[in-house]
Amino acid sequence: MCRTGGVPEPAGAGGEASTDAAFTALLEDSAEDLYESAPCGYLSTMMDGTIAKINTTLLDWLGLDREAVAGRKRFADLLTVGGKLYHETHFAPLLRMQGELRGIALEMRRKDGGRLPVLVSAVVKHGTEGDPLLIRITVFDASDRRAYEQELLRRRQEAERARAEADEARRQAEADRARLADALAVLQRSLVPDSLPAVPGLETAVHYHTASPDQLGGDFYDLFPVAGDRWAFFLGDVCGKGPEAASLTSLTRYTLRAAAHHDPDPASALATLNAVLHERYTGDGNPRYCTCIVGIIEPDGEHGRTVVRLASGGHPPALVLRSDGRAEFLPTPGGLLIGVVPGAPIGTAETVLAPGDTIVLYTDGLTEARTGPGRDDLYGEDALHAFATDHAPAAPDEVITALTGLLESFGEGLDDDTALLALGVPAAPSLIDPATSHPS
Amino acid sequence: MDIRHRNNIHVVGPEDAPVLLLAHGFGCDQNMWRLVVPVLSARYRVVLFDYVGSGGSDLAAWSEERYSSLQGYAADVVDVCEELDLRQAVFVGHSVSAMVGVLAAQAAPERIGTLVMVTPSPCYIDDEGYRGGFSTEDIDELLDSLEANYLGWSSVMAPVIMGNPERPELGRELTNSFCATDPDIARVFARTTFLTDSREDLKGVSVPTLVLECEQDAIAPREVGAHVHAAIPASRLVTLDATGHCPQLSAPEATAAAILDFLESLK
Repeated sequence: MCRTGGVPEPAGAGGEASTDAAFTALLEDSAEDLYESAPCGYLSTMMDGTIAKINTTLLDWLGLDREAVAGRKRFADLLTVGGKLYHETHFAPLLRMQGELRGIALEMRRKDGGRLPVLVSAVVKHGTEGDPLLIRITVFDASDRRAYEQELLRRRQEAERARAEADEARRQAEADRARLADALAVLQRSLVPDSLPAVPGLETAVHYHTASPDQLGGDFYDLFPVAGDRWAFFLGDVCGKGPEAASLTSLTRYTLRAAAHHDPDPASALATLNAVLHERYTGDGNPRYCTCIVGIIEPDGEHGRTVVRLASGGHPPALVLRSDGRAEFLPTPGGLLIGVVPGAPIGTAETVLAPGDTIVLYTDGLTEARTGPGRDDLYGEDALHAFATDHAPAAPDEVITALTGLLESFGEGLDDDTALLALGVPAAPSLIDPATSHPS
Repeated sequence: MDIRHRNNIHVVGPEDAPVLLLAHGFGCDQNMWRLVVPVLSARYRVVLFDYVGSGGSDLAAWSEERYSSLQGYAADVVDVCEELDLRQAVFVGHSVSAMVGVLAAQAAPERIGTLVMVTPSPCYIDDEGYRGGFSTEDIDELLDSLEANYLGWSSVMAPVIMGNPERPELGRELTNSFCATDPDIARVFARTTFLTDSREDLKGVSVPTLVLECEQDAIAPREVGAHVHAAIPASRLVTLDATGHCPQLSAPEATAAAILDFLESLK
């Protein structure tokens, strides 16, 4: 028993008497009074929903008179229209099928036009034969609870909306990214030829590794005919990546193409490029440069040999795999980066490719691939020389296949774009294009 | 696609008997027919199914696009007919399904030869010269009621119930499972049901048709039943002494008898 204060009662006197009085008062709370004044609404209806009995609590909640309800209205008539629809499509069928229902949220209409959110439970009373007799319904005032649920629902809807918006934004971003990647791929293809032209008396092979599909690479190469049965080629690496590098690559590629047509000396083609880049980029305070090897090929049809003249500006030396199994670098000493200073010195070299010889040009993505955890653990020219010696002699497609495998073996260590170009004289005498070997 | 699984098809009754295809309306599932099936299946082969999104159907097959128009539900009916190779079947559609049957009979006339429309309404919204009984605001209120009552729906339990139709004891863990539906799906079905105006489609009905209405129906009042009857020349109107929108539950004997009488009269 709980005392809340006051004067202590004498032991064994009034205590028992007052407890008895409380019990007596409870016993006088008749079943009828409990029904009428219970803290919830009670209804009994016929199976067709006609209200047979309704308690005072519910009548008071709704502001209705007993005479206007009992025998005159159906349970569904007390509901809002939406609630009535719900009653017909869910409540009534479920009650018929299950015999009972618990905790259904509905809204009842007050006489004053207001609404009373309620939670309803119902049970069908059956007769001795099992036939349904009537429906007993209990109604709880759920105003506060419904307000809270509405709040939760509103938050949920907001969250769903936000998620839908985020999904849409993500889809848009992915679509934009895909479009950008497509555009980049088109642009990238414009920086290197779709395929190498067939050069009479020579075999060729090429490989281009793009470090990141999201970024335009900075490596470039080309192979094209120039005057007098000669062919020109170049391979290089512009500083940087992305759109600015692509713009520099584009300028470089078309300048070299035009210059090589104008003058068959590879050194003067590079000198032209140096002047163009220096003029174009130094003026705006943002010097841009590249390294590059340019070569001119002169087939010597009579001896099956090919003369290659090279000019280089700061680019790693070309590698020649000889038919006798040797491999050698072809140094072009003295060359400087192209585009940095006016009149930059250019290194030159010349070699003769005999049948079975192959010359390989590459960018520093190959030699600067990381092979260990340290900053200086780079693949390097010595390892490349040893690799070439292992594989010599080799035709261009064999060299490129081997080097492609080497690049793949670097895995994560290969973090830069890499271009590989190989040109070789076939070991066995090959059919030479009659148009070039036997001019009429 | 396995239509029997997708639409939770059940078939009862003599194999060589003519076929009754029973289609539930908005709200619950094929259990709505449970009180009339014993009577009907004594003389007919009775086919029961759930529309995709309802009852024991495969929820993975549901899409908002397909089931946002009654044509999507009619496509389910045609799929069921084709799966079972039904010909000249009697289509019995409750509530919105009555109009779905009209569309299905037009799409596959060789499949459906007779229509029984149980408490049909071609349009629930009031219009000029037509009283459907409701306003669009009323339908919004119904959607609110759906929101407030997930009826035992729980995304955790749903896969268990839906994925194990052969183990109904799993479903008993949820009360009200006959009407348990994904709330998002229920909302789409409710909107499609109550906001579609199919009055024009009634003109195309050319098969023998029974219109069954109830004396007292809060959803499809008697003037709507009269409208349907008047719009379909080859129809018979029967008013059941019943209350509510689901006479197959509130007056199963009378409902089954009316259907059987009508079919008998066609012989």
